[in-house]
Amino acid sequence: MKKFKLMEHELVPLHIVLSEEEKEEVLKRFGVREHQLPKIKVTDPVIKEIGAKKGDVVMIIRKSPTAGESVTYRYVIE
Amino acid sequence: MTVLSEEEVSRRIEELPIPEKIIGELKEELKGKKITEEKFKELEKRILEEYTKKIVDPCEAVGIVAAQSIGEPGTQMTMRTFHYAGVAEINVTLGLPRLIEILDARKTPSTPMMTIYLEEEYRKDREKAREIAWRIESTTVIDIASIKTDLTEMKIIIEMNEKKAKQRRITVEELFEKISSVTDEEVQLEGNTITISLGEPSYRKLLQLTEKIKNVNVKGIEEIRRVIIRKENDEYVLYTEGSALKKVLEVEGVDSRRTKTNNINEIAEILGIEAARNAIISEATETLEEQGLNVDIRHIMLVADIMTADGELKQIGRHGVAGEKTSVLSRAAFEETVNHLLEAAMRGEIDELVGVTENVIVGQPIKLGTGDVELVVRKEMVGGKQ
Repeated sequence: MKKFKLMEHELVPLHIVLSEEEKEEVLKRFGVREHQLPKIKVTDPVIKEIGAKKGDVVMIIRKSPTAGESVTYRYVIE
Repeated sequence: MTVLSEEEVSRRIEELPIPEKIIGELKEELKGKKITEEKFKELEKRILEEYTKKIVDPCEAVGIVAAQSIGEPGTQMTMRTFHYAGVAEINVTLGLPRLIEILDARKTPSTPMMTIYLEEEYRKDREKAREIAWRIESTTVIDIASIKTDLTEMKIIIEMNEKKAKQRRITVEELFEKISSVTDEEVQLEGNTITISLGEPSYRKLLQLTEKIKNVNVKGIEEIRRVIIRKENDEYVLYTEGSALKKVLEVEGVDSRRTKTNNINEIAEILGIEAARNAIISEATETLEEQGLNVDIRHIMLVADIMTADGELKQIGRHGVAGEKTSVLSRAAFEETVNHLLEAAMRGEIDELVGVTENVIVGQPIKLGTGDVELVVRKEMVGGKQ
């Protein structure tokens, strides 16, 4: 038995927790409020791994077959 | 006329507000070509023009376009449920039933299957791959032993087949231990034979216990019923019937970076919602492609985005996306018309008529494309005068 490394799996994109200032900047840039962003649960294995808390916004850098790389945000909910 | 240096061209391409993939393609295309300042300006203009033209406009009905683009080729899919994945003898649901399964976000697919990649040291050697296959494939008592019941003596006699057991690296002691752990009755080991003697005589108990013993998992992962080894681009890959992602990822020798399952709910649970989104996209694309249909991946990406937007898998249908719409009329137009209208009437729901379906029903212009914009004339501008 070994512990597998979740973040290294090819299906899992890079998740980064944003700081309060970065979060404000993102919300302002899109002109939305937090709950209008796509959501992710606190119980999500990746969220547990990176230690994000409820109310945080995570930046997700996806590998996209159409754009090469695309950035999205998800709001951490309960 | 000044010819720009390659570095200069590269740098300026990177500054353009276009996606990374186009930047890469552009660099590749312009490699070794002489680009003058004028040429680059023209290039830049044309690319940005083309790119902006192709971006989705605000208020464009992308969802409807996606639904049509997936729905139309869907009509051409075969209704045949079962098919074999390549040469391997594993039965997998393909075609329309599989596509429906993906979009319905079923808890378990009708044919769960895993593709297991191996680590460097195991992937080139068939024997080593076999070794891991034995570690994963579930071995029950009946696979390696014959079971007899002695009704006169109230005994169950389990005779281990040495050859089969050796192949799967199971010793008689291990078997003995497994069997002892599932029953309270007296268990004895003698050579390759294990005998269970019942304390009190009961035929029902004897038969029940025999059935139970038959299916006791001795080695491997219970959910994985069968493993098949196949060579693919000079490496050995394991295909399984049955799926247990977490347990398999923890097995020594399994490449935990590439190993995957066709059970999307399991991926969501173990690898997270973003991984599930990727899995929906790849599973749906593969299903469509296998049927010889080409659907632009952007439509499928939109579907996957909607299904995962709330942080958990949501089906496209009345229990998911369509059932959560705020508009009563829109929900009623989809499925279970009477139920929705009745409930809405009892609760006194109000329909704001903001969506598409509602407005079609009442005969108003829909709020899409040019229908979403309202024009206002500034009085003082009439006639072109200030």
